Amino acid sequence: MAATTASDTGARPVRAGRRPRLPAWLGTTPFLVYIGIFLLLPTGIVVVNAFRSPSGALNLSSLTTPFESPDRSYFTGSLELCLISSVFGAVLGAILAYAIASGDPDGTVRRLYIAVSGVLAQFGGVTLAFAFVVLIGPVGLLIHASWFYTFPWGIAVIYTYFQVPLMVLVFLPAIDGLKAQWREASDSLGASSWQYWRYVGAPLLAPAFFGAALLLFANALSAFATIVAWENQIAYIVPQQIYLAINSEVGLSNVNQADVLALGMIVMVAIIMTGYAFLQRRAARWLR
Amino acid sequence: MAAVTSVGEAPLAVPAKRGRGMQAGRRRRLNAFRYVVFTFFALFFLLPLLAMLRFSFEGSTLGTWSASAWSQIVSYQGPPPLLSAVEISLELGVLTSVVTLALLVPTMIWIRLRVQWISRAFEFLCLLPLTIPAIVLVVGLAPVYNKIRHVELSALMLFWAYVVLALPYAYRALAAGLNAMDVKTLSEAARSLGASWFTVIFRVIAPNMWQAILNALLLSAALALGEFTIAYTLLYNNLQVELYSIDRNTPNASVIFSTSLAALIFTFLLLLIISYAGRRRRRGMR
Amino acid sequence: MEGLSRRYGEVVALDGLDLTVHAGELVALLGPSGCGKTTTLRLLAGLEDADAGQITVGGNDVTRLPASKRDMGMVFQAYSLFPHMTARQNVAFGLRLRRIGSAQRDRKALEMLELVGLASQADRYPHQLSGGQQQRVALARALAIEPQVLLLDEPLSALDAKVRAQLRDQIRRIQLDVGITTLFVTHDQEEALAISDRVGVMQDGRIEQLAPPVEVYSRPATSFVAEFVGLTNRLAGTVSGSTVTVRGRDLPLVDISTPPGPAIALVRPEAVTLASDSSGDSGPLTGTVIASTFLGATSRVTVDLGDTTIMAQLSTAEAVELPAGSRVSLTIRPDPVLVSAGAAPASEAEA
Repeated sequence: MAATTASDTGARPVRAGRRPRLPAWLGTTPFLVYIGIFLLLPTGIVVVNAFRSPSGALNLSSLTTPFESPDRSYFTGSLELCLISSVFGAVLGAILAYAIASGDPDGTVRRLYIAVSGVLAQFGGVTLAFAFVVLIGPVGLLIHASWFYTFPWGIAVIYTYFQVPLMVLVFLPAIDGLKAQWREASDSLGASSWQYWRYVGAPLLAPAFFGAALLLFANALSAFATIVAWENQIAYIVPQQIYLAINSEVGLSNVNQADVLALGMIVMVAIIMTGYAFLQRRAARWLR
Repeated sequence: MAAVTSVGEAPLAVPAKRGRGMQAGRRRRLNAFRYVVFTFFALFFLLPLLAMLRFSFEGSTLGTWSASAWSQIVSYQGPPPLLSAVEISLELGVLTSVVTLALLVPTMIWIRLRVQWISRAFEFLCLLPLTIPAIVLVVGLAPVYNKIRHVELSALMLFWAYVVLALPYAYRALAAGLNAMDVKTLSEAARSLGASWFTVIFRVIAPNMWQAILNALLLSAALALGEFTIAYTLLYNNLQVELYSIDRNTPNASVIFSTSLAALIFTFLLLLIISYAGRRRRRGMR
Repeated sequence: MEGLSRRYGEVVALDGLDLTVHAGELVALLGPSGCGKTTTLRLLAGLEDADAGQITVGGNDVTRLPASKRDMGMVFQAYSLFPHMTARQNVAFGLRLRRIGSAQRDRKALEMLELVGLASQADRYPHQLSGGQQQRVALARALAIEPQVLLLDEPLSALDAKVRAQLRDQIRRIQLDVGITTLFVTHDQEEALAISDRVGVMQDGRIEQLAPPVEVYSRPATSFVAEFVGLTNRLAGTVSGSTVTVRGRDLPLVDISTPPGPAIALVRPEAVTLASDSSGDSGPLTGTVIASTFLGATSRVTVDLGDTTIMAQLSTAEAVELPAGSRVSLTIRPDPVLVSAGAAPASEAEA
């Protein structure tokens, strides 16, 4: 049976007289066009405009403005909030992940917590902020937290709520990857529980843990809806300021500042994701 | 050198209670730890949800109970009426998921079949939106949307951006589905029977990954329903923006919570249905 | 170990097991999956708790001691090396726990690695080593702490056949060199027979026979042992008095108190000899060669007797004379045989 196999890359053989040869990759054109217009183009606009002065000329001051006020305060604000929520999210999430992993691999508890984590990791934004307002806000149902509207601790509580499930989802496979034989070998060689964790368990989990923490950091960095719903009068973090820069009601919108800030965010996220990829590879090698 | 020996003649007749040994003790401590952890986190996760639930039944004066918030989902006048925002978001959900799938499914299958060398770059592009925060994307989208606004004012135009946001999640779901089957063999078999590429994609491969497709559909729709950043910054009005502006105008209006819970429950139910449908079909297949 | 019992819910893994291992001895525990051999080892190691019974090492009762205090070295089936440490660090791990100074640790670790022939790989990581090398490092690590007992849990099962044979002999050599009391668990009878001082054949949580390899092979104590170790022909016969009559021949019984009646006689292929039969008779001990399996110096020839098949082990020279299709007549050497109960219809010879 003379079949045209699907494994050729590149051009299809010509069928006599019917169709001219077209390279097969053209089949991805619709996708490429779409992504070009709605992802690459906007990103490119941001990067290019960040280095343009309002008159259109090249302006390299964007390389330094993020480090001066007022922009600097937004970056430090973002960093503070992200740091706090990632640290808490990572530690709490790791504890929860350990509790899940050390149980029955097929049990209901495990399935339940994983499913819940999947749902809650997406449940951020406006409604979550409102839920916390009614829970622990100044007239909250549970407690009246006077610190609720202070930055960063008030908002960090809300961020932690969706960071923990994300941590569970990302870190659980790593804990699963700790082989029982390592614990047993360590036992039979005479190690106590603490010694096992100190010499074997923790070092092995470290790359995965820090990688996941980085992911949490990037996640917090990008969050916008939650903090806007929490408090929109003062801009504490970069995303808030970007919004104001675009939609400022004080005369002309300061689009250039938005571009500079956005570029700053892109750079930060790129650095974080590189670090994450590196740590992931290390973790995967050991904990496969 | 030591010998491992047995002691005496008669075996020790101590019937062990379960849990006498060291391993059992360690297990017990572990279980105690687990129960504490699970209780703590159950509370931590449930409390905000419970607060929302309680508040959705709040009457017009604090402390009273009333189910009016739930009926208000449909009747709240705004301005603008809540119901129209709900409609817009639902339509956006459908539009986003359909377009995402229309874009990804044929492309992914085609790549797998004919252009494997692109797959690395393709995966990178699909996962790129994960690293570009929505707020950054919207800065670059603003000029694009200014052009779009000349043509069409409706908030439905947001779907163009939403598809990009949904790409990573839909890609992962679809990739999982494609990995579970032998695409090459199926398509070769179909081609040898005379099928065109169109038939191969739409009548052979796609039907075999319908769970992954449903999954991707749901993820895209959920994303559209929950999206706030782009809509808000570009000054459109979708469900989340509407809820937000209601709160700004009437703080803690209980209709916010009833609507949010409704959206959550709706998504959750969809998830359930899909997972059950998947399971049933699997059992039915020989 | 004495009177050891262990249950997992409904399943009885060990049923009142008694086992004594002498100083410097290598005992192999052999048996099919689920027979309890690994459980026995893990109980000895302290990785599991016994429900009943006692374990003594060198005169001391260790039953209540946790694994970390039992002074035993253990080699697992696979994946037990710590992936984030080099071979040297892995081997030195036990010493580090005992607060031995780093120079001394290093020396001892190298010494151990030399013992297993891997000193040159000392600074490699586990993922850079082959399966066989990893197991050798694991052995070095277990021996580095100079334990009283060495425990090996199917250490060769995850390796290629060729590596398995080499490593098996190496383990035995080292064990004899160091003179350490060893318990070796395996489901591969060749391994067990090749390297042990005594073999314990286990089934369903009990030891069926504990004896030197030669004895287990040539004088199996129960029919399970006879059928598990080596190949066996199962031939229908009738017991009367102190013999069992198989296909017209009387064979002496191992256990003369076997009740009379129908039984299955267990006959080793080596006890069966074949001769070319041109007489055209078709007696109970004549048949046709169906197949011949070449095993090197010997071959295993399968003969169809009409109502059953039988395996014979011949020198290859003889086997070559009797290709498939030849008519042959058989003789069964009158060694004492075991019978297993029942008059099951004659089945094919079982391994």
